[in-house]
Amino acid sequence: MNAPDRKVKLTPTTKSDRGVGARMPLVDGIEKVTGTARYTADLPANGALVGKILRSTYAHAELLEVDISEALKVPGVRAVVTGSDCDVPYGVIPIAQNEFPLARGRIRYIGEPVAAVAAVDEATANLALSRIRLRVRELPAYFKATDARVADAVLLHENKAGNIERAVHNEFGDTAAGFAAADLIREESYECAEVHHAMMEPNAAIASYDPERGHLTLWSVTQVPYYVHLTVAQCLKMEAAHIRVIKPFVGGGFGHRVEPLNFEVIVSLLARAARGTVRLLMTREEAFLTHRGRPETQIRIKLGLKRDGRMTACEAEVVQRGGAYGGYGLVTILYSGALLNGLYDLPAVKYDGYRVYSNTPPCGAMRGHGTVNIRFAFESLLDTMAAELGIDPIAIRRKNLLQAPTETINGLKVMSYGLGDCLDWVERASGWKERKGKLGRQGNIGKGLGMACSHFVSGSAKPVHFTGQPHATIALRLDFDGGITILTGAADIGQGSSTIITQIVTEVLGVDHRRLRLIANDSAITPKDNGSYSSRVTFMVGNAAADAAQNLKTLLVAAAARRLKVTEAEVEWYGEGAAIAADPDQQVAFEDIAEEALVGVGMLTVNGTFTCPIEFQGGKQRGGAVGSTMGFSYAAQAIEVSVDLDLGKIAIDKVWCAIDCGFAINPMSVEGQVQGAIWMGMGQAMSEETVYENGRHKAVNFMDYGVPTIIDSPDIEVHIVESMDPNGPFGAKEASEGPLSGFMSALAAAVEEATGHRFRMLPITPEKIFAVRQEQLAAAANEVTSQ
Amino acid sequence: MKTMLRLSVNGKPREDAVAENALLIDYLRDALALTGTKQGCDGGECGACTVLVDGQPRLACSTLAHSVAGREVETVESLSQEGNISRLQRSFHENLGAQCGFCTPGMIMAAEALLRVNPKPDRDQIRAALAGNLCRCTGYVKIVDSVEAACGREHAL
Repeated sequence: MNAPDRKVKLTPTTKSDRGVGARMPLVDGIEKVTGTARYTADLPANGALVGKILRSTYAHAELLEVDISEALKVPGVRAVVTGSDCDVPYGVIPIAQNEFPLARGRIRYIGEPVAAVAAVDEATANLALSRIRLRVRELPAYFKATDARVADAVLLHENKAGNIERAVHNEFGDTAAGFAAADLIREESYECAEVHHAMMEPNAAIASYDPERGHLTLWSVTQVPYYVHLTVAQCLKMEAAHIRVIKPFVGGGFGHRVEPLNFEVIVSLLARAARGTVRLLMTREEAFLTHRGRPETQIRIKLGLKRDGRMTACEAEVVQRGGAYGGYGLVTILYSGALLNGLYDLPAVKYDGYRVYSNTPPCGAMRGHGTVNIRFAFESLLDTMAAELGIDPIAIRRKNLLQAPTETINGLKVMSYGLGDCLDWVERASGWKERKGKLGRQGNIGKGLGMACSHFVSGSAKPVHFTGQPHATIALRLDFDGGITILTGAADIGQGSSTIITQIVTEVLGVDHRRLRLIANDSAITPKDNGSYSSRVTFMVGNAAADAAQNLKTLLVAAAARRLKVTEAEVEWYGEGAAIAADPDQQVAFEDIAEEALVGVGMLTVNGTFTCPIEFQGGKQRGGAVGSTMGFSYAAQAIEVSVDLDLGKIAIDKVWCAIDCGFAINPMSVEGQVQGAIWMGMGQAMSEETVYENGRHKAVNFMDYGVPTIIDSPDIEVHIVESMDPNGPFGAKEASEGPLSGFMSALAAAVEEATGHRFRMLPITPEKIFAVRQEQLAAAANEVTSQ
Repeated sequence: MKTMLRLSVNGKPREDAVAENALLIDYLRDALALTGTKQGCDGGECGACTVLVDGQPRLACSTLAHSVAGREVETVESLSQEGNISRLQRSFHENLGAQCGFCTPGMIMAAEALLRVNPKPDRDQIRAALAGNLCRCTGYVKIVDSVEAACGREHAL
């Protein structure tokens, strides 16, 4: 017999302090600050074999033979795998899969995996690696896009003439007419060094093969467990149903981990060959060699302006040194053209993009994917031309604002647009009007202010894989204990997606947030999710979470109505219970509602989904899906610098950034994302650079690569603009990528004010400033002499 | 070759047979399962492995285990006492000083060392004390905020 209903005294729900809009700490924050959060390398792996990868020391070579016979003789070696153990190419873009987890027939960069060993301990594994002999025939290698494109260059991939992975040519609007109508036309060239994610957690994976059942379990540092799952199935020729992929805590990604990576397949091959468990912990150097970062880029850009500052036309040519394999490459080169649009009202754009293969580690997606370098060039050129026209940098941007809702010339929808408000705040907060151009010099310190705008997508509206499934699915589970378990495949890599999802479910259900728990990223338990890339999670998974919570609430209200013996319409939902609207003293507690909801059906699992409608999925042109999104974030930022003119050293004194993220589901989290994005832009702008010497990466550690320390890092003040996007969850859009790409040109502008020189290449290092300074001083001396 | 190592870890005396060339980080993580101490680099660059040796911050990845024989080693696991997390841990949690969390234990240990000698540091002093600890998520702003808040300072922003 049922126990009598619990006695409760509820009042109508006051807004939860853990719902949307709350500065809620991370739901997994306690684990992080106490050190109990387990990342892949922290997982117990007693008795696991140690995996090690042999990497190529050749930049480009025919791989004639990999002799592993001596390695197999080393006592304690359990498995050695080479390219002959996997003849299935992989790659994140289904139409551009040209990479093998272990080189087959051809080696294309120094650091490419050639063989791998599983052994009882590290020393044995290293000894076995040293016994592997390669027979190769070296080929000419190309470390610059221009060298790879020469007429008689050896092709890295036989089907790609001129070593061009993808050429993009498109024109939207009439650029000839636009330039004819312009009062001022300028054309400039820009160069950006290659940069790398340098996420704090090194790469690591554990694979466990059950030879009796033929099942494989893989733990990895991925941002895209679902793509990894499919890739392992494909490369190992296994049923996807025989594989389980689990993502533990992940120490950042920034795009390094948004595609399946070679080591995830390699560790799986090793585990199957060894018929056991293999742990593969990689060094920091190996992360730099796995790379997948932002490519070295050359840009030629031309802009037409009316005398009043209105844009008439833009033409850009972008060349990206893509590295040895496809990866996300074709998406990156498409993004650079597509997202010339969507920030300003630009009536005509012509774009020519070239993604070039080279004998360097493959590039891929990195925070601000494809948009960062072109934005540096565009904003810089706009500044230069504004100065020529005598228009203030903020004023010229105001002249070219969009009016939402609108559609850009290349078919991108802009549904909400808070850039004008962002500009207003940055102007006020930085004291722009009073201070721009008036900071002057104090001794050998030159001062300067610079600003720029930027934007980014809230998820790609067309997914990489066309499955017909929703773009996002989330499940809520309710069982006898009255606890609600959120099941999600969204990969929290530190950006806080689990927290955002929890806040949304809390908000919709109105329950005490402690009733919720969240389980993520175990393919045996949680629904598929495309992954954490293109800032899709808050928008898409957030909408799915709201849908799931609404669906569960509907069932709970029905159960409450049955208990209260009224119709559903007569129920007032209190979150932790319900009452009869007309007679609020007649109440029922959540636990009793949950008990009622399970009668006859048992445990409830409710799905919520989200799908981007087809009209948001981009223009009809080839590649038109890239750049398409349901909501663009917008940002404006101003930067104040002090430049030591004797040493060439820049100090960033302060950054002010306003972000239009639609609505801040968690304002503290938005601030953290914006600060992190701007800071990562700062690294690229001032110090970070991969360095290859004859194809050998010379900066394979944090210091040589140039990760800024806390000493180099300024305070960054963030202001949130809420434009309430009509399609975002509670109006929210992305916040963590858009602000990044404004930093470079804002810095270049500030440095120009401080030094009198506009830098058109990144990074802007002390050496470069010092060299310019010497030229300036020499020129000044000559002038004095000649007078 | 293994020899006996006697030391104190998180307030408890220990005696373990440890290889003479073992690094402190491997001893802590592999032998004692204290995996809060992280390895983020190939040695001495990122500070994720920061522990306290006799109260001083040290990089466990660049310290031989036997070199701290007889000394007092503290890891992040020592900071929560009887179910209560420390003021720094609470402050990093509440002020979003941790995003991915991988640098956090090292960051908190370096900050702990600072607060023991300077209970009310200003932002520049906090930056100086954490100069050896890299973070790739936060831009460091909320890390400085978190340390400030832990010692009762309103942050200046």
